[in-house]
Amino acid sequence: MGENSLPLPGSMDVAQPRGTARTVLENLHEWVVTVDHKRLGVLYVLYGIFFLLVGGAEAVAIRIQLAVPHNHFMSAQTYNRFFTMHGTTMVFLVGMTIIFGFANYLVPLQIGARDMAFPRLNAFSFWLTAFGGLLLYYSFIGGGGLYGVGSAPDVGWWAYAPLTARAFSPGHATDYWALALIVTGFGTLGTAINIIATVFSMRCKGMTMMRLPLFTWLMLVDSSLTLITITPLTAAQFMLLVDRYLDGHFFDTQAGGSAVVWMHFFWIFGHPEVYVLVLPAFAIANEVIPVFSRKAIFGYPAMVAASVAIAFISLSVWAHHMFTVGMTSFSNAFFVLSTELVGIPTGIKIFNWLATIWGGKIRFATPMLFCIAFLFQFMIAGLTGIMLSIAPWNWQLHNSYFVVAHFHYVLVGAIVFCIFAGIYYWYPKVTGRMLDETLGKWHFWLFLIGFHVTFDTMHFVGILGMPRSIYTYEPDRGWNTLNFVVSAGGMVQGIAVLIFAFNMVWSYYRGKPAGNDPWDAWTLEWYTASPPPVYNFAQDPVVRSRRPLWDLKHPEDPDWEYEG
Amino acid sequence: MAPVGLAVNPIGESRETGPGISYRAWREPFQGEDTEAAAFARATMKARIIHSMRSVVSIIARGGVFASFSLPAALQWVAANGPQATPSINAPASTPAHEIQTLAWFTLSITGGIFFVVGGLLTYAVVKYRAKAGDPPSEPAQIYGSTQIELAWTVIPILIVLVLFLTTARLIFAIQDAPEPESALDVTVIGHQFWWEFRYPKLGIVTANELHVPLSSTKDPQPTFLSLLSADVDHSFWVPQLAGKTDLIPNHPNTTWMDPLRPGMYVGQCAQFCGAEHALMLLRVYVDTPDQFSAWVKNQQQPAANDPRVEAGRRVFETEACMNCHAIRGTAATGKFGPDLTHLMSRQTLAAGAAPNTAENLKAWIKDPATFKPGCLMPAMQLSDEQVDQLTDYLSTLR
Amino acid sequence: MSAVTQLPAAYEGEWRLPSRGRVAMFGLITGESAIFTIFVVAYVFYIGKSLSGPMPRQVLEVPIFGTICLLSSSFTIWMAERAIARNRVTAFALWLGGTICLGLIFLGGTAIEWHKLIYRDGLTISTNLFGTTYYSLVGLHATHVIIGLLMLTIVFTFALMRKVSQQHAERIAVLSMYWHFVDAVWVVVFTVVYIIGR
Repeated sequence: MGENSLPLPGSMDVAQPRGTARTVLENLHEWVVTVDHKRLGVLYVLYGIFFLLVGGAEAVAIRIQLAVPHNHFMSAQTYNRFFTMHGTTMVFLVGMTIIFGFANYLVPLQIGARDMAFPRLNAFSFWLTAFGGLLLYYSFIGGGGLYGVGSAPDVGWWAYAPLTARAFSPGHATDYWALALIVTGFGTLGTAINIIATVFSMRCKGMTMMRLPLFTWLMLVDSSLTLITITPLTAAQFMLLVDRYLDGHFFDTQAGGSAVVWMHFFWIFGHPEVYVLVLPAFAIANEVIPVFSRKAIFGYPAMVAASVAIAFISLSVWAHHMFTVGMTSFSNAFFVLSTELVGIPTGIKIFNWLATIWGGKIRFATPMLFCIAFLFQFMIAGLTGIMLSIAPWNWQLHNSYFVVAHFHYVLVGAIVFCIFAGIYYWYPKVTGRMLDETLGKWHFWLFLIGFHVTFDTMHFVGILGMPRSIYTYEPDRGWNTLNFVVSAGGMVQGIAVLIFAFNMVWSYYRGKPAGNDPWDAWTLEWYTASPPPVYNFAQDPVVRSRRPLWDLKHPEDPDWEYEG
Repeated sequence: MAPVGLAVNPIGESRETGPGISYRAWREPFQGEDTEAAAFARATMKARIIHSMRSVVSIIARGGVFASFSLPAALQWVAANGPQATPSINAPASTPAHEIQTLAWFTLSITGGIFFVVGGLLTYAVVKYRAKAGDPPSEPAQIYGSTQIELAWTVIPILIVLVLFLTTARLIFAIQDAPEPESALDVTVIGHQFWWEFRYPKLGIVTANELHVPLSSTKDPQPTFLSLLSADVDHSFWVPQLAGKTDLIPNHPNTTWMDPLRPGMYVGQCAQFCGAEHALMLLRVYVDTPDQFSAWVKNQQQPAANDPRVEAGRRVFETEACMNCHAIRGTAATGKFGPDLTHLMSRQTLAAGAAPNTAENLKAWIKDPATFKPGCLMPAMQLSDEQVDQLTDYLSTLR
Repeated sequence: MSAVTQLPAAYEGEWRLPSRGRVAMFGLITGESAIFTIFVVAYVFYIGKSLSGPMPRQVLEVPIFGTICLLSSSFTIWMAERAIARNRVTAFALWLGGTICLGLIFLGGTAIEWHKLIYRDGLTISTNLFGTTYYSLVGLHATHVIIGLLMLTIVFTFALMRKVSQQHAERIAVLSMYWHFVDAVWVVVFTVVYIIGR
């Protein structure tokens, strides 16, 4: 028994050798018409990584403009388009796509299914989302075209009314924003429905709901939340288009309409949306942390309950983005309480991860490095979130760089870090090769340093009174050095991401062969070949516990003797 | 019983995971022994883990509490001694800003404490439980959960939330629903793209961009209550040292108040993205001593100066469409779209802080506003250089 | 090495999973409900806030007949579901046809109502807040009715071509879930627009 005993000889096919003779066009055609969840998952993730680089370039441009006061790197109009596109890109074209890419690839494998419940809907949803993103970026060359920055949206990613009314935003910038997101929204809706149907209806025998891997559980909760999160935005965007094209008055303050109603509708989408983005980060951490601590996750039922609680409570906190709008004291107090309450199940999750690590045997491979950083950073992000929930303090911090620092701590420090962890963890499964560990460590440490230089400093410049969404700032306000430091950190992060992109490509051709189960993990996707054959499993698996591969590897002490 | 298998290799190669010490044996170190000590060790395994966690927590908590009080004090000193015009939240000069800062420090001490405790535990865990070279290759004890522990770390956060919520709610009501005293000064603020209109209804003053308010004190309070309106899109009035920000939303009037306790000049700017030149919609608030304030009021209440030497410029103003947007009290100009220019020279800056108010800048501004603020709504009127010079001379007399 | 070398080959007992069509349709209905909720909230918020123009009380006539038709179509489609579950294709086609007719009557009623509102009362989507919110909400619902009727007509055509049989009963059940949803939304819209809002 010198080799890993999985898979059993004869129980499945070996991975297809690469380089079967096919023309480029045939290859391309296969990818375009595919309905295989694995291919679509890869397409989603590659699409997301591409836009991560684009959105990152936008961020670099923004930080160059802000590195010194009264800079002339970009005009005001260009800057406004760049920060709008940066936010819109990162949320919709990077966050949502990578998340659903991961889910697409892994959920059927983890539940022992052959594919998603609706493979053709899966493909349709992906192409809708992809087209929406292209429509959004077409705006750069629409309108004024390459002589300016075209008609790219310039109203902030939150697009407050009445700035978005035709009177204040002539031209088509806002229309691109609304239409592109409506289209991607329908794609997202399709994938979310698909994931839910898959998890409920396609589980292999023995996999009860309480034996689902936590990644799949969280993607189920996430998809359910998505159904009622994206749709309010779609509705509000339809209303905006009615205002702009049919002379409607939904947000027309001149006709008695209300700008505050837009804010409510947007944040009823916008706040749960950030939970839609962060739950998959938890999902990834739930897989990586136990495997690299060599322990089962601590408190599986509590983790499930906490995740569901987060999803529910997150629907009630939206107006903490609106503390300065002039709501009544009672309303403000209510949203303080609801926001703080959502911190409780979130904290429970952190404690459970801590207890998982406690008493374990931690292996500091690159995925685990990213997850450990995630734990620290997500904790800090949660704490600054609590600070922001204190409404009177929020009256100072709102719309300042403190908020920008906070949400980047969550979006980058928690979500992007976990996405990197997930990519390092599952890349061997997807490609059959390991990502280079040395490059991985360079990527990690550079990104960590750059991240902290930028976003730790950013908190302070917010406390010193610098608001967000400004293309330049006054030199006598004490913000100069801090902004320069923030920008410098951004460049370091950029370099780290380039190293990562290089690693992804290089390792595809030169990485060490991975085998089925390079990490000695316990969920079903590691039971099949790397990359899995198109049908995933030669025989439908049957499971008896939450960690079917642990049972296989430890037949004398299987999990099902200990699970409640 | 010697463990079978290869040395632990963190990545890549698969490990031997076949027979060796079963995890149960690892978990129960006195396996096979039937002594009282062994039974005690087995029975108290979980308790011992909890105890070790508790002692680590208490050490870290003590350090954390100390740090969480000293760190904010250090930051406070840094902020209060920073450059003069830094609009730091931590250098309050007005009652609501002071109260917010107090609550902020209280919150920070709690969140700081949590940071040190949880961060300390994480650091400890990551260091203590790392896989080491000489480790046996078997898996560590698999602990699936503990209802007791889960309850503990649910209840404690709920209590923290309760404390934070109650202190916060109290301050929300105190600031938001503060009654307006008789002695308060009323100012109406109207936000425009991209400048501020200030009206003092009871004093008959209309000005722009630079707000003058009287000094108040705890003994003799004279707060300023601001009515916030908007002529176009959403804006936000933010002068960090004087108060939290409040938005100006069309069709949705808001109010805020400040109670300045230290004279001086405080800067701020619009804090809600309002379009192309949002970044240059700056704010200045001058907190005047009683003498300064009454002098300022008296000056502002006068109609515009009428120097016959600059008659040419006045005529340019009235015939070249300037008066369609601007008002100068005492003349025929009553435009409301742009700032009131009656006492333009009493202001330190032009274009809502975009440039200092000098003759040079004024000339350049009139010639082409895009010099300082491309995207602002004042058009270049295509005037000749002579007309611009005359206008500048005229406007320079409006003190 | 013990004897357990692979995942358990057999599962003891029955392994039952919900039908994926039903789960997916339930998901779609949830998402659509959220969209409708936002439009309903906007409608309710703006009741009485129009600055000018025709008011609901002045111009709205309660569409009792259309409502009865639409709600009855829930009954007829239920009968159609039952028919196909028993492989009674002709009965199925008849009940389905009836459903489509009732839906068309409802739509016709809406069309007549809108014609009156636009040409006689001068209420359009741009007239005032009432116009904007009314046409958006009722129009959104009517769009869903049209989509539903399209799908029902396709199935009806297949039924006439004798291509529908008992094996499709599950899919037809999923489709009728959508139709019931459309009816339920109408109950809410009707209450908000014609009862509360007037």
